[in-house]
Amino acid sequence: MSRATLLVLADGRFPAGGHAHSGGAEAAVAAGRVTGAADLAEFCRGRLHTSGLVAAALAAAAALGTDPLQLDEAADARTPSAALRTAARKLGRQMMRAARATWPSAELDALASARPRGAHQPVVLGLAARSAGLGPEDAAYVAAYESVSGPATAVVRLLSLDPFDATAVLARLAPDLDRVAADAAECARRVPEEGVDALPASSAPLLDIGAEAHAAWAVRLFAS
Amino acid sequence: MHLDHSHASDGPAALSADAVRPDGRRRALRIGLGGPVGSGKTATVAALCRALRDELSLAVVTNDIYTREDAAFLLREAVLPPERIMAVETGACPHTAIRDDISANLEAVEDLETVFAHEGVGPLDLVLVESGGDNLTATFSRGLVDAQLFVIDVAGGDDIPRKGGPGVTTADLLVVNKTDLAPYVGSDLQRMARDAKEQRAELPVVFQSLRSPAGVSEVAAWVRERHAAWTAA
Ligand SMILES: Nc1nc2c(ncn2[C@@H]2O[C@H](COP(=O)(O)OP(=O)(O)OP(=O)(O)O)[C@@H](O)[C@H]2O)c(=O)[nH]1
Ligand SMILES: [Mg+2]
Repeated sequence: MSRATLLVLADGRFPAGGHAHSGGAEAAVAAGRVTGAADLAEFCRGRLHTSGLVAAALAAAAALGTDPLQLDEAADARTPSAALRTAARKLGRQMMRAARATWPSAELDALASARPRGAHQPVVLGLAARSAGLGPEDAAYVAAYESVSGPATAVVRLLSLDPFDATAVLARLAPDLDRVAADAAECARRVPEEGVDALPASSAPLLDIGAEAHAAWAVRLFAS
Repeated sequence: MHLDHSHASDGPAALSADAVRPDGRRRALRIGLGGPVGSGKTATVAALCRALRDELSLAVVTNDIYTREDAAFLLREAVLPPERIMAVETGACPHTAIRDDISANLEAVEDLETVFAHEGVGPLDLVLVESGGDNLTATFSRGLVDAQLFVIDVAGGDDIPRKGGPGVTTADLLVVNKTDLAPYVGSDLQRMARDAKEQRAELPVVFQSLRSPAGVSEVAAWVRERHAAWTAA
């Protein structure tokens, strides 16, 4: 694997639509659950170990070559909130466009044709990593990191939080990120034997509830 | 026929601003409207729709920052049927959505094109993309639009053309709107014209008031020319 390629895919400026999403942070801020850097750290830790882990495992499995359509169904089953399923497919479609432009492959084209409205973002991300010559750990790292970097950036905008504090939150999460990425890749390796049920299905009900409420707001800064 | 395009008709969607759609047809002309908050972008879009809708098949993509007001305004004014208006959410960064990460806007534009390609009413000729009101550096990526208008107004200060910035200097058409307000805010239109000329050399500038009888007609004529050139290419 090329470490430089990993940096390109993991770059927050990779043009795949993430900037318009807060990863649940906007809803959490409005509900008063995130008011500063300390809350942000807890919010990110919770998200990382629940939906972050699931996303990382899906991405790792896709990077290993698991059938992306089967993974897409597995992602649906692991996303109880309709609003989050919609957001994940929207982001998946955007990731697909960027991936096909940067690391074109027949596998990406096939998934784009099979899911023209978008597959779940972590699945597309994993397949993008595969097309870029990256491995399951790499894909898991990118998905896990995105699950916390998105909310951290959003909270800087939503609360005018000091950007240095927000970045320090992410830096302190590094050991957790390492663990989640390793666990995710390990689960993904069991899929050929055990099927997609080997993938984690942890969830954060408050993120799901917040996402449903947020989708109905008339005025909001972020799409999710 | 464009031989340099290899998309099969049933292949996956286009990547960027490819001039030919996956089905092999030349796509609609895409024109972006950017400019500071409140300068008259939505009003110009509405006026353009009224001026052009009988001759061109039109659609509009709006990029509201935290509401759906622009789309709602266009719907309320009934300048186009609702299925021709689509709103994109931009996550507090309107310039990102038109320049650095254009995927959401591309998808909106392509979805509109696809719907009309399939609905029997005939394909779209023109898609207008309105950016959320932003600052003087916000410009559209060439990957998203074929041409862009930058709309400023006389009430925002008559020194804006002098200050320049990418929008003022590089837009394919600079529109200085609300000339009817110049006497009330003490803006010197001649000076604005001089400064704009200096910043833009040969690129065109239109001064307009949407409250005057001439309204959007000069801008509409420019759009017509662009469209003629696009279809002839
Ligand atoms: N007097 C005058 N008012 C105008 C003119 N054009 C637009 N307006 C008014 O200016 C206000 C703002 O116009 P919009 O078209 O909403 O401006 P916008 O650039 O779309 O604004 P944002 O999308 O919020 O950035 C509205 O009240 C319009 O009616 C004009 O030529 N003269
Ligand atoms: Mg507007």
